[in-house]
Amino acid sequence: MIPAQFDYIAPSSVEEAIRALAEHGDDAKVLAGGQSLLPILRMRLNAPGVVIDLGRIGELQGITEEGDTLVIGAMTTYAAVLASEAVGTHAALLSKAIQTVADPQIRHRGTIGGALVHADPAGDVGAPALALGAEFVIAGPGGSSRTVAGDDFFEDLFTTAVGEGELLTHIRVPKHTGWGAHYEKFVRVSHQWSIVGIAATVRSEGGSIAEARVGLTNMGSTPLRAKAVEEALVGKPATDEAVRAAVASVAEGTNPPSDLNGDSDYRKHLATVLTRRAVLAAAGA
Amino acid sequence: MTITDDRTDTTAPELEIGKARRRKEDQRLITGRTRWTDNIQLPGMLHLAMVRSPFAHATITAINTAEAKAAPGVIDVVTGEDIKDVQGVNANAWPITADQVTPTHLPVAVERVACAGEIVAVVVARSAAAARDAAELVDVDYDELPAVLDLKEAAADTVLAHPDLGTNKSAFWKLDSAEAGTGGDVDAAIAKAREDGVVIEREFRQQRLIPAFMEPRSVVVDPTGEQMVVWSATQIPHILRFLIAATMGIPESKVRVIAPDVGGGFGGKLQTTPEEFATIAVARRLGKPCKYTETRSESLLSGHHGRDQWQKLTLSAEKDGTVTGLKVELLADMGAYIAIVGGGVPVLGAWMFNSIYKFPAYQFNCQTVLTNKTWVDAYRGAGRPEATFGIERMMDELAAELGRDPLEVREQNWIRHEEFPFTTVAGMTYDSGNYEAATAKAKELFGYDELRAEQKRRRESNDPVQLGIGVSTFTEMCGLAPSRILGQLNYGAGGWEHASIRMLATGKVEVVTGVSPHGQGHETAWSQIVADRLGVPFEDVEVLHGDTQTSPRGLDTYGSRSLVVGAEAVVRAADRVIDKAKVFAAHLLEASEDDLEFKAGRFGVKGTDKGIGIAEIALATFAAHNLPDGAEPSIDADATFDPDNFSFPHGTHLCAMEVDTETGATTMRKYVCVDDIGTIINPLIVEGQVHGGLVQGIAQALWEGAEYDEQGTLVTGSFVDYTLPTAADTISFVTDHTTSPSTTNTLGTKGVGEAGTIASTPAVVNAIVDAVRPLGVDDIVMPCTPERVWKAIQAGHPVSHEGERDAAPHFDEATPNQDPGAGSPSTTTEGSDQ
Ligand SMILES: Cc1cc2nc3c(=O)[nH]c(=O)nc-3n(C[C@H](O)[C@H](O)[C@H](O)COP(=O)(O)OP(=O)(O)OC[C@H]3O[C@@H](n4cnc5c(N)ncnc54)[C@H](O)[C@@H]3O)c2cc1C
Repeated sequence: MIPAQFDYIAPSSVEEAIRALAEHGDDAKVLAGGQSLLPILRMRLNAPGVVIDLGRIGELQGITEEGDTLVIGAMTTYAAVLASEAVGTHAALLSKAIQTVADPQIRHRGTIGGALVHADPAGDVGAPALALGAEFVIAGPGGSSRTVAGDDFFEDLFTTAVGEGELLTHIRVPKHTGWGAHYEKFVRVSHQWSIVGIAATVRSEGGSIAEARVGLTNMGSTPLRAKAVEEALVGKPATDEAVRAAVASVAEGTNPPSDLNGDSDYRKHLATVLTRRAVLAAAGA
Repeated sequence: MTITDDRTDTTAPELEIGKARRRKEDQRLITGRTRWTDNIQLPGMLHLAMVRSPFAHATITAINTAEAKAAPGVIDVVTGEDIKDVQGVNANAWPITADQVTPTHLPVAVERVACAGEIVAVVVARSAAAARDAAELVDVDYDELPAVLDLKEAAADTVLAHPDLGTNKSAFWKLDSAEAGTGGDVDAAIAKAREDGVVIEREFRQQRLIPAFMEPRSVVVDPTGEQMVVWSATQIPHILRFLIAATMGIPESKVRVIAPDVGGGFGGKLQTTPEEFATIAVARRLGKPCKYTETRSESLLSGHHGRDQWQKLTLSAEKDGTVTGLKVELLADMGAYIAIVGGGVPVLGAWMFNSIYKFPAYQFNCQTVLTNKTWVDAYRGAGRPEATFGIERMMDELAAELGRDPLEVREQNWIRHEEFPFTTVAGMTYDSGNYEAATAKAKELFGYDELRAEQKRRRESNDPVQLGIGVSTFTEMCGLAPSRILGQLNYGAGGWEHASIRMLATGKVEVVTGVSPHGQGHETAWSQIVADRLGVPFEDVEVLHGDTQTSPRGLDTYGSRSLVVGAEAVVRAADRVIDKAKVFAAHLLEASEDDLEFKAGRFGVKGTDKGIGIAEIALATFAAHNLPDGAEPSIDADATFDPDNFSFPHGTHLCAMEVDTETGATTMRKYVCVDDIGTIINPLIVEGQVHGGLVQGIAQALWEGAEYDEQGTLVTGSFVDYTLPTAADTISFVTDHTTSPSTTNTLGTKGVGEAGTIASTPAVVNAIVDAVRPLGVDDIVMPCTPERVWKAIQAGHPVSHEGERDAAPHFDEATPNQDPGAGSPSTTTEGSDQ
């Protein structure tokens, strides 16, 4: 399909990109990997006059370690995150989730920042980012920069704390070294978005769960973190029975969608089964 | 030189037939560096974009084209009104009854649209992008009309898809074995079984599918020459040419249609489309070459859909499992119009529901119905998958009711191999087959007994993951078709096929075939056949097709007909070449024709080492210096073949499915099929056809389904929602063959293009149902999504002991006999009666 006509700008720094955003206002759209934006343009669901390509901004790419934190540039592709030993070691949950995203072609173009700002509730990176307690670095006009906690980042369907004229520049992920991790993605065909996805990462101590973090994909209009379940899991043995009891209420208070893949109640049921499986797998049981 | 038998064998060239040759057409098809219609660029060519109705049913009250006409690059904006006298119609070529109700299908709607996606205006511009941009500027006013979407509601005639027709019921078609004299009275058989036998009553849903071929449809029209040239991504160039002439008032001799390389069809390009006719009308109006290529979204919405039936089935049997009767009552959704063979597709089921079983009494009833949805027509298997699904599900239900093994109950009832040729209760004569052999081989490859043992263990241990085994022992009729039978059925054309062989002076061979491949590999298979027949190298054979100028006679590719009908014409043309060449050989060798034998491309004089190759004869006739008296200097030949009968491939398919009872997720564990498709020309092509076919059939069982919302908007309008599987979703299939050569063509071939699709759907659903039957489930609506499987389990009443079941439920008039939990998701209109 053919998108409507637009002008194309490819700035080489964050500062330049922010200036371009200020100049064109809501007539501009930022382009990262294009794996969500281009289908939108091609289906003519949106027709910006200007597209600002972040692909040439080196400072937005790559993964560095700052003490107990991994810093991932927004323009780092899924493939680059998967290839990163640091992520595999200190934030295994992120790798596990990203392995399930789409297919290799899309993982070579799509970026972690693009996925997070796009904020599709069925997307697979939001829940692990929340579970890992990630923080989001947002740049604004005049060289300003602010850091937003996970709980405040996802606001609604396709809506985040990144405002008009702002860019997500980095994701700061606290290291979870030595934590077991599992992402349980439920789909009908392999290239599908999650019907439900469960991100779980667990620190085990002597056969018991010392700490657990659980994020939910597509169980509401934003990714969710299941804090009550996390607490209920503390100190429990990593057995089917104990985990089953601790996660039983995981769907309480959630409001998942109903569509061709399943209605809301079915998703709630799935979340309960899948959380048990994800936690047990993360705990190595 | 004495020629011994031994020596003949060692010097004989290796036979091409049976060789797993890689396809000669693949390099160009796979790389795309070939003549796809959309690759064609003509000087001064204009581009079209279609403006389509967003409404399922509406009156067009005004179309304002001024703004679009003023947009940059736009040449014209054409409405239905502008071309109403020259646009022709999309014809129905198979009225199944004399009084069939057939709405007029205009390529571009003039007053009213009857489904979403119907074309209401055509934008013509210098580039495809400009046309697309301007299409957004065409302002159409509609008055919405009530739309009828649900098939059963449509059959009740409360809301009309076409108010002027007064009914949604298009045609009613019936075959009754008692009336036809081919069997007994089915109602009597059922009544008797209610007294002292077993009656199984089920209602199954054949969901609507979308053919989803790889290459979107595309058409280029050049009206500038004496003959208008139409390139189209079609399966049916010859039929398209005929229908352009017949409905647009253009002499047939002024039309040339070319199907260049075509990227798949699966029946979805067995159509003359509104897009083709609109493009022709616009190109002729402007006197300029025009191109239209659809987007994928347009393809899913506006290419014809497939299947879409409710099947109400009643099977009667004696207590020992011997079947006594089968009654079929179909409601078939035609969508908004009766497409080219739309009404005929479900009717093909008439000869297939009885399948391989010896039903003494049979009745088939089919009511075709109009709705405000995309029109429905042939999709891989066309009528036969629907029927096979129905009967194979019923045979499993019968076995379950009797508490017996489903293969055993089938064997008790099927035609034994010594009974062929066998005339069925539907009046078809099956030429050959061996169901015992195919089943024995399949069982062994499958490890049937071991898997049954594992199933038992899982049941006993209440494993959350249950195992089910599904059976499908199918047959199909293919090789459309004996012209006489088609005539009796009121089909608009014959079923013959044509071929020409041209022997070139340089020894190369051109084979012109009337069938029109679109990915099947005919160029390779036909080359193998001709190489063997004429004794020429495989590489020297060129197969030409799909252009009405080079291939003036043909009836194209569908219904697994190309090999069994089309290649048989090629064989006959080759035999005529040999006959003609023999006269020249005798003359040149100064021998009597009776002393010549043709072997491996050479005419030899028996008992001598004298001989002449067919290529030399071709050169001699080209030079024409030394001819027998009165001979025409040509050994080229034509043949037209009209089969006496269909061919009847069959096979045994066994499928093992694991069902996660906690989530409803299903996983294929093993799939074995042993198909009998007669003589195999190229095993690699056959393997490809079987694998692809299986995936499409499995996809109906598990993944695919076209869904509309209450407004009549196609919800599954992109591949995000129309969940087409990929290689990542399937397992490696075990495929094998038994061979009972067909007796209806000299090669002994049967069709294979549709076999996998026809057979696999019921095997998969039977396996899923078998896995959860102890949990009280006896049906799951397709596609068997995890949600539907899980809900069916939730709604089921677990059966504690095998054999101890409630009495079989009987039909409650007007309500489907579905398990309450097996319904569709609430957001869809399908199954809204649940
Ligand atoms: C066929 C297919 C299958 C897919 N399957 C999955 C799946 O299974 N799971 C899954 O999670 N995802 C899936 N995706 C989506 C994929 O992950 C996208 O890549 C991702 O959602 C967007 O990342 P991107 O880099 O391509 O962003 P883009 O498409 O370029 O941008 C997305 C949006 O974010 C904005 N944006 C991008 N970067 C920034 C920034 N730094 N600051 C501010 N705004 C920004 C853009 O303006 C745009 O609105 C699939 C996509 C496709 C095409």
